[in-house]
Amino acid sequence: MIERFAKFVRDTQVWQSLFRHGYPDNDRNQSLIMFSSVLLHLHPVKIKRSALRFRYTMCLGGMSAFMFLLLTFTGIFLMFYYVPDTRQAYHNIKDLTSNVFMGGLMRDLHKWSAEAMVFLVWAHMFRVFMTGSYKAPREFNWVIGVLLLTFTLLLSWTGYLLPWDQLALWAITVGTKMAEATPFIGYAGPWGQQLGMRVDNDIRFLLIGGTVVGQNALLRFYVLHCVALPVLITAGMVVHFWRIRKDGFSGPL
Amino acid sequence: MSERHTTENIYPRNQKKSYALMELVKGQGFQVRKQPEDTVFVWPHLLYIELIAALVFLAGLLWVCTFKHAPLEDMASADTTPNPMKAPWYFLGLQELLVFFDPWLAGVVLPSLIIVGLMAIPYVDINPKGVGYWAWKERKFAIWTFIFGFIQWWIFIIIGVFFRGLDWAWYWPWDDWHKHKSASGASLNDMNVILHGWGLDAVAADWLTYLLVIGYFVAFMVLPALLWRSFSRQLGMARYVTVWSLMALLWLSPVKVFLRLGFNIKYFLVTPWFKL
Ligand code: HEM
Repeated sequence: MIERFAKFVRDTQVWQSLFRHGYPDNDRNQSLIMFSSVLLHLHPVKIKRSALRFRYTMCLGGMSAFMFLLLTFTGIFLMFYYVPDTRQAYHNIKDLTSNVFMGGLMRDLHKWSAEAMVFLVWAHMFRVFMTGSYKAPREFNWVIGVLLLTFTLLLSWTGYLLPWDQLALWAITVGTKMAEATPFIGYAGPWGQQLGMRVDNDIRFLLIGGTVVGQNALLRFYVLHCVALPVLITAGMVVHFWRIRKDGFSGPL
Repeated sequence: MSERHTTENIYPRNQKKSYALMELVKGQGFQVRKQPEDTVFVWPHLLYIELIAALVFLAGLLWVCTFKHAPLEDMASADTTPNPMKAPWYFLGLQELLVFFDPWLAGVVLPSLIIVGLMAIPYVDINPKGVGYWAWKERKFAIWTFIFGFIQWWIFIIIGVFFRGLDWAWYWPWDDWHKHKSASGASLNDMNVILHGWGLDAVAADWLTYLLVIGYFVAFMVLPALLWRSFSRQLGMARYVTVWSLMALLWLSPVKVFLRLGFNIKYFLVTPWFKL
């Protein structure tokens, strides 16, 4: 009875359009599922048994990617409650921790997975270096990796300003202070003033939209944190994973 | 999975024939033009590992969230400046460098060069050995260099996080972190001033500092070629110059820390445009 009903469902056009093959418990379907699902297609169909060994990758790259997914998920939740306005932002976060259902948990998860991601990406780079996995033909993927590391740090850093508390304001103030020391394009940097840089036209001014960290800086960091950098890092990851497929995984023979 | 027994039954080996049935392999699909291999299907083997790792990690994070909450201090205010002002922990290494270098170096040039230097690694490492396993013996030079830089990054972070208190002074964990430290006894001097104090003419002392700094970089360019001839020849000009200029920069912070702590030197080079 149940069998017949299941068969009826599986034969419907709707089901067939969704699942183009049977349950992946044999070679053919285990291959087909990897081909036909765009997400699974990031993986190869088969891999070397030895590449599975935890000791080799320690799952560090995979967990970095998982952290990014979790951050996207919790981040979208936070965005529903957050307004990047210096008069509101702090109170939004306060409300989130006390008045919003699951708000505190989402914020904590967002915070700790961000810290974990920074750490994991460094650790992943260390693994890739130690196992010589960056050597030809994987040079370019290492370069992509370095970009991903940079984006990860910047993502974390731009997020740091958003709660608009003392920690945030002053951490970003120290950080952006460095920008004014940029050679040539910062007014306090070598050859900056000689080239006509002032407090209100140099690279730091561009970054924070003013001479001090204020409303414009908050809005800029918000847009960078929630839109620009996530888009960049996603693009980077797509290339990164694609290159792993194309260059072949370095795993031991 | 070899089935030697079955293979022998189906097609016994015959010495006189130039061909033979080598092996039968268990499986459900065709194996055309395949070498012997030791592979497994990603579904389910790898996907299970990924799923389990993700769940374990998520559980760990949730557990942390039960007792440690994301910090939230008082609302931002331009009127009260915290002391010390600290960057997020992952940038504290760079902030710590501010003790030793001016912001244009510590905050802009060195971080950029770290990124460039990391990107250069695969292109300057011409040693083909040690791919695909945790290698050590065959890649001593590469690994020492990498670890040297990696450790610097983390040591400066650890100092910034755990040992810097009021006015960015050094605090031990057992010190009273609410009491200001009196300004440290020894005052810092620039190298040209020190050389002048040793009896050198002021202009000559100035020139000497320029020469010493240039000499530092020249030494990194010349000495390796003399010490490791065949290795240098293998590298070729472009890689050689890249490797050793990056190496000179990799040693810059340790050298500066050493000169500061040992000889109270503030800058070793003072030019009208920048100080080093
Ligand atoms: C957002 C950050 C990153 C993510 C999500 C990520 C993800 C991954 C994943 C899932 C793998 C598969 C193997 C493994 O898990 O170890 C991998 C491999 C690799 N990653 Fe990353 N990665 C990131 C950053 C980096 C960085 C910073 C580097 C180096 C500078 C790097 C270089 C590589 C290379 C060369 C491989 C190929 C390794 C091999 O064939 O053994 N990645 N990455």
